[in-house]
Amino acid sequence: MDITRAKIRDLRKALDSKEISAAELCGEYFRNIEAGDGKVQSFITVTKEKALEMAANAQKRIDSGDVSPLTGIPLAIKDNICTDGVKTTCASKMLENFIPPYDATVIEKLNAEGYVLLGKTSMDEFAMGGSTQTSAFAKTKNPYDLERVPGGSSGGSAAAVSASFAPAALGSDTGGSIRQPASFCGVTGIKPTYGRVSRYGLVAFASSLDQIGPICSDARDCAIMLNAICAHDPHDATSARQPVPDFTEKLGQSVSGMKIAMPKEFYSDDIDDEVKSHVMNAAKVLESQGAQLVECSIPGLKYAIPAYYLIACAEAASNLSRFDGIKYGFRGEGRTFEELIRDSRSKGFGEEVKRRILLGNYALSSGYYDAYYKKALALKQQIIKEYNDVFDKADVILTPTAPTPAYKIGVQDNDPVKMYLADICTVTVNIASLPGISTTCGYTAEGMPVGMSVIGRRFDEQTILQCADAFEQTFAPTAPKF
Amino acid sequence: MSAYFPTIGLETHAELSTNSKVFCTCSAEFGGTPNSRCCPVCSGLPGTLPVLNRKAVEYIIKAGYVMNCEISRFTKWDRKNYFYPDLPKAYQISQMPRPVCLAGTVKINAGGKEKDIRINRIHLEEDAGKLVHDEVNRISLADYNRCGVPLIEIVTEPDFHSAEEVVAYLEKIMLLLQYAGICDCKMEQGSIRCDVNISIAPKGSNELGTRTELKNLNSLKAIARAIEVEIERQEELLDNGEKVIQETRRFNEALGETTAMRSKEDAHDYRYFPDPDIPPIIFTEEELEEIRNSIPELPEQRVARYVEQYGIKKPDADLIVSDKKICDFFDVAIQEYDNPKAVANYITGELLRRKNLGEVDMDDLKFTGKEFAQLVELLQTDKVSQSNAKVILGEMIENGGAPKSIADAKDLWIKEDNDLLAKTVDEIIANNPKAAEQYRSGDQKVFGFFMGQANKALKGQASPKAIQEYIRKKLSE
Repeated sequence: MDITRAKIRDLRKALDSKEISAAELCGEYFRNIEAGDGKVQSFITVTKEKALEMAANAQKRIDSGDVSPLTGIPLAIKDNICTDGVKTTCASKMLENFIPPYDATVIEKLNAEGYVLLGKTSMDEFAMGGSTQTSAFAKTKNPYDLERVPGGSSGGSAAAVSASFAPAALGSDTGGSIRQPASFCGVTGIKPTYGRVSRYGLVAFASSLDQIGPICSDARDCAIMLNAICAHDPHDATSARQPVPDFTEKLGQSVSGMKIAMPKEFYSDDIDDEVKSHVMNAAKVLESQGAQLVECSIPGLKYAIPAYYLIACAEAASNLSRFDGIKYGFRGEGRTFEELIRDSRSKGFGEEVKRRILLGNYALSSGYYDAYYKKALALKQQIIKEYNDVFDKADVILTPTAPTPAYKIGVQDNDPVKMYLADICTVTVNIASLPGISTTCGYTAEGMPVGMSVIGRRFDEQTILQCADAFEQTFAPTAPKF
Repeated sequence: MSAYFPTIGLETHAELSTNSKVFCTCSAEFGGTPNSRCCPVCSGLPGTLPVLNRKAVEYIIKAGYVMNCEISRFTKWDRKNYFYPDLPKAYQISQMPRPVCLAGTVKINAGGKEKDIRINRIHLEEDAGKLVHDEVNRISLADYNRCGVPLIEIVTEPDFHSAEEVVAYLEKIMLLLQYAGICDCKMEQGSIRCDVNISIAPKGSNELGTRTELKNLNSLKAIARAIEVEIERQEELLDNGEKVIQETRRFNEALGETTAMRSKEDAHDYRYFPDPDIPPIIFTEEELEEIRNSIPELPEQRVARYVEQYGIKKPDADLIVSDKKICDFFDVAIQEYDNPKAVANYITGELLRRKNLGEVDMDDLKFTGKEFAQLVELLQTDKVSQSNAKVILGEMIENGGAPKSIADAKDLWIKEDNDLLAKTVDEIIANNPKAAEQYRSGDQKVFGFFMGQANKALKGQASPKAIQEYIRKKLSE
């Protein structure tokens, strides 16, 4: 069976019709991983033995007809989502040997479906970055060009799906960490509304912005994945009590009459021309299907990066304080506990993580709180209001996912500010708690994928899936050769 | 007479007696094998999230009501960030700008003077774990059982001017918390702890002096002593023309002195910010009203009930109410034997006497209030003598059991056996002819001698009334 960019729903049919067994299916993926991941380096941990066990259990369910949409479907999981008994490193030396004694809620839900775990994917250390080059263990490459970054922080998950090492993967998105690598790797990724998916078991980066979501071959598979993982969770006080719809419901419905807003700030001179033209083109395709393009403005976008980095770093500084070498993880040396904690944190964390911890603690320090953190929260309210205004006259918003296609490894290494600015197209969606999906809308002259993002109202994942899917139905993606 | 005037404010931490911890479902009970009462959440494992225990919120609202506080309609939680090995997340979830309770008052009575102590705020937070230092092997071990136990911090205004007032206040709030059923207030187990802020100023001055903070005080005695010692230390400094430094000090009970722990310069910058994991709470009037109505009878109400309904003397009622265990015991007892005065008398006279002698441990009582009431009834209805009642009570304290069975087993009943009485008294009179003669010649004092002898010989098998009557009759013959 050819599993190149295979869809979950097709694998479902193949499994249910006994065309292939669950064990054979995950074997196919391991074959791809073994053949190609040496080059791509998308996984930190490959769980072959466990996968075969899980596949055997899934097969029993398939044989007895007790089938859920993901029974026997192999998946890759970002290495910041806790898996009971399986190393969860956050791509950090700090957690190099950390084996969680519990499953994240999303993992429990996938287990209940009978999924098969292929392994844990690489990422920027503690999800801080947009290139997966801050990973302490696997600096993932872009399958379309091994000299380029896969994006990040969920670069391992995006590259794995792109390279057909997994039909789908879970990532997490704090400021674009699902959507941007999906766009760089030519696949589809959705960040659900904040609160849609439980964060319990997701190692926190910035708690008010983090959200788990799937990276798949297309929007339809994303809908299937969302159906499996979205629900209120009593273990996460920020998880929403909103009713969970069937996310596949609106797929295939015409976008005729749908109002698509294109805020002018997202199409400024700072955006790469090739990227812009592909996204504009996609807009025309949707217009030709009956959608209505609406001009609008999000003036607050110019404050988005400072607001985002203040909030994210402040929360991260606090969230990452627990890594002190006392209870688990990397332990340095020292005669007193102060020395021990200092040494553990100095050696256990990488440079980017330390930079953000410093930024965050500075912003929260007494005397600076009002000037920084409090102001950032006010900007957050401003951005929410501006999005609300746009959604008064439009159903979805269409933007580029990133200002550029995937860039060469190393070009942003010494310029953190430039790297932060590259998040401009994605961070406001997290700040405003909105759902956003990125799908491929074209390829550059050099053959690199270009992604566009569809942003929706809170809890309206259905409409952005519908819109992304409508475009995907007109577009033929090409799988990478590496 | 000192030339200075002390001003004192208190921060009291009380552990709430909820079944489970404040952000997870682990048991909040005291003790346990180290690290047996923790889970991924309270031990701060990566990825875990806190979920607020609504019972703890209910308890702090009750605490607010019993201390006459305003209850915030909108409340939220903040993170207090600092590194310490007993704090697994390296931040404590606490409340900074929006605590649950604000602006209350507690009435105290210190040395016969009534006074209102103003409460500044009460907020809900989580307790930390405990470090055990092994001096022999020079290692420190962390026990996270206590980690995440719900804690309220009660902050007063600087309204105290003596150790006596502080102690009166602490006794009062402990009573209130116990009666409201929200904290067991066992200082020795650390379920209530106190930090004391002290400053002194020259008498007549309108400005407060520089304050110091005393930490880790774990008994009322230690608190009172620490305050006195610290006031003396500050007075001496000022007398010598030196300055009081703003700092945190530790009280060494053995040496009776306070020593510096850390100065203001070393104080932590806690980098408070709203905890993004816990959504703020908005209370409705109905919810608050329901909680207010669920507060059990408070000490003052109980005293009033005892005095007005049962005719118990105010000092006795106060005495009973001053210990909630005794008070609950009394309420059970009078359900069994509807003679509150007699029960109260026997509690204040006999039970409390033995408790003060250390013979009775109310936390480990082998008999019930019901059984105690049965004993009082036996005594009141002349079924057993005073002295045998004491014997029975002794047995109940020692081994438990119903008073009737004990009286049966030990043959302690008053008997209607006139022969035994006659025979015993006749013998005593026959053996003491001189005394009998004295009585007959008008010396009433020796009557007591005969009563004593008869009581002793009869071992409570006759009622005092019967003995008295028989002796009189015999001696008048």
